[in-house]
Amino acid sequence: MTTRNEFPSGLVLDAHKQPVAAEPILDVAPPARLRFALDQGSGVVLEPAVAVGDVVAIGSVIARPSDDFGAVLHASASGRVIAIESHDATNDDGGPCIVVENDGRDTPDPALPRGPIDYTALDPATLVDRLREAGIAGLGGAGFPTATKLATARARSARRLLLNGAECEPWICCDDALMRAEADDVVLGGRVLMRALEAESCVIAIEDDKPAAIDALRAAAQSAADTITVEIVPAVYPQGAERQLVTAVFGVEVPARGLPADVGVTCQNVATAAAVARWARSGVPLVTRVVTVTGSGVSRPLNVRARFGTPLATLVEAAGGYRGEPLRLIAGGNMTGRALATDEVGLTKSINTLFVATHQDLAARLAAVEVACIRCGNCADVCPAGLLPQEIHRTALARDADGAVRFGVWDCIDCGCCDYVCPSQIPLALRFREAREWLRERDRAAARAAVARTRHERRERRLQEAVAAEQRAFDVARQQARGESAPTDPGTAT
Amino acid sequence: MNVEAVWLACAVAAALAAVCGIALGLAASRLPPATNRLVEQIDALLPQTQCGQCQFPGCRPYAEAIARGEAEIDRCPPGGETTVRALAALLDRPARPVDPAYGTTQGLRVAVIDEERCIGCARCLPACPVDAIVGAHRYMHTVLAEQCTGCELCVAPCPVDCIAMRPVTVAAAARWTRAA
Repeated sequence: MTTRNEFPSGLVLDAHKQPVAAEPILDVAPPARLRFALDQGSGVVLEPAVAVGDVVAIGSVIARPSDDFGAVLHASASGRVIAIESHDATNDDGGPCIVVENDGRDTPDPALPRGPIDYTALDPATLVDRLREAGIAGLGGAGFPTATKLATARARSARRLLLNGAECEPWICCDDALMRAEADDVVLGGRVLMRALEAESCVIAIEDDKPAAIDALRAAAQSAADTITVEIVPAVYPQGAERQLVTAVFGVEVPARGLPADVGVTCQNVATAAAVARWARSGVPLVTRVVTVTGSGVSRPLNVRARFGTPLATLVEAAGGYRGEPLRLIAGGNMTGRALATDEVGLTKSINTLFVATHQDLAARLAAVEVACIRCGNCADVCPAGLLPQEIHRTALARDADGAVRFGVWDCIDCGCCDYVCPSQIPLALRFREAREWLRERDRAAARAAVARTRHERRERRLQEAVAAEQRAFDVARQQARGESAPTDPGTAT
Repeated sequence: MNVEAVWLACAVAAALAAVCGIALGLAASRLPPATNRLVEQIDALLPQTQCGQCQFPGCRPYAEAIARGEAEIDRCPPGGETTVRALAALLDRPARPVDPAYGTTQGLRVAVIDEERCIGCARCLPACPVDAIVGAHRYMHTVLAEQCTGCELCVAPCPVDCIAMRPVTVAAAARWTRAA
């Protein structure tokens, strides 16, 4: 297959993953207590569908989204709901979570279909609905509901499926391990997703530094070689970013503020495809995922398959426990990961890696002292979105909202390449996140102001009309009292 | 000198004057007056809390006063620095901090009625500039949080002090966007 790399730039980084990816995936025993965060990482806080004291089984729905941007959440163990509490979840400030006490019996929910699902007998739209009910969400880190993505792609007739196995970020290797161990599932998931999309072709894109995964998938895809192909892309960060991967594989650019569906492509992570396959084989909704537990701060870095809600501390124990002086607990890799406040939070759909970083792993970042921008342009050279980060930074510092938007703050993919090369050690990606936040805040304030203005104007008009009506009534009454002929309405008899 | 040419020149000048006069007259009557457009522009920058902290009875009256040049642009605590800067840019006046005499800038807050203590007196209802309080005599009242502008005008009329202002927290989840 052709090997291309057509997005503007990016970085070749030290991967820190080879020996870990080769280890077999370890199944983590379910813990005595599971904590299901109501925000599974997609940014939507789910509504609990259970109450304290309810008995749940594997696959019972415990929380539902109020819109299409969250995925249905199921219990990953059988037991009893013992609390619905406010707790520090993956998103720094935390949020509520559902705590389930595991009864250890692993009873499946009786309402679930037993055995494999004959997806070929389902019509594509129904299949999308079934995937929604199965709680399938993007396991690459976004946690976005797969059914919503599929529905959008169907509405725009995006007929090409792209399975993202690039996994470009250092330290993360859960997809690599999964592709090696469960290549058949990735291919089966690809078939189910193709059915749901009525897709014509499916490309599985893998970076060239994962030869074992490439071989495994090539072998698995042999039987469907006419529609499912494996394509190799160079190991350049951020190759696995959706837009960049679409460009690398299909040679087309996704329009600004657009979606891959606009160029006829739907991108799904390989782990998502494998999750779809698991559901299709068993009828059990999405209740587990593969997580990389890595970093110099754990004794035996490895990939584990764990149930959602498993406390992160349990995952660290599976990796041999903490070692040395762990400094940060990071969900994700060293480029885009988010620091967590505690290891007591439960595993969510969007945590692909638990990176226990020590001083050694973060030395460069920790030593960084920010100084002024010297306008060297290194950031513009590496920006994979083709932006001018130094200009966005300048406008963001000046709080020049229109300028920041003009220079493409919304087109930033948050990959962090610019901070990595910045000789002035400016945390550019963080600045852009903050800028986007105040831009959103500004829009929210404007929307609130517009509503308030309308309501205030209507109220003023109503009060004026009430005063005028009172005055008219008073005039009529006064004229009648004086015995004069009151002005009469032509329609009424006097 | 040719008398006809003089007459012609006069006629052309008169015709031009007439056309311009009619056009200007129409423009004056049809188009909104310039100060009004300025008022609209200023009003669009104000936060519409209708709180009256600027000592005008609402955002629009304040906008009108600014447009007439009768009020400074530093009287809006809810708008804070952002609003002052935007007004300064629009009006080409120097930006300055909000005058503390009119209040201090705080984050968005909404009124919350302690429903246990509300006696249903309905005194807060007419105080609300955006009709965001629902209730009736002898029935418990409640605030529509989505519509509340945080103006605090309902706090003073309450005879049992059951209305409190609570800060609005933006969902932390909305904070971070991720690549792929």
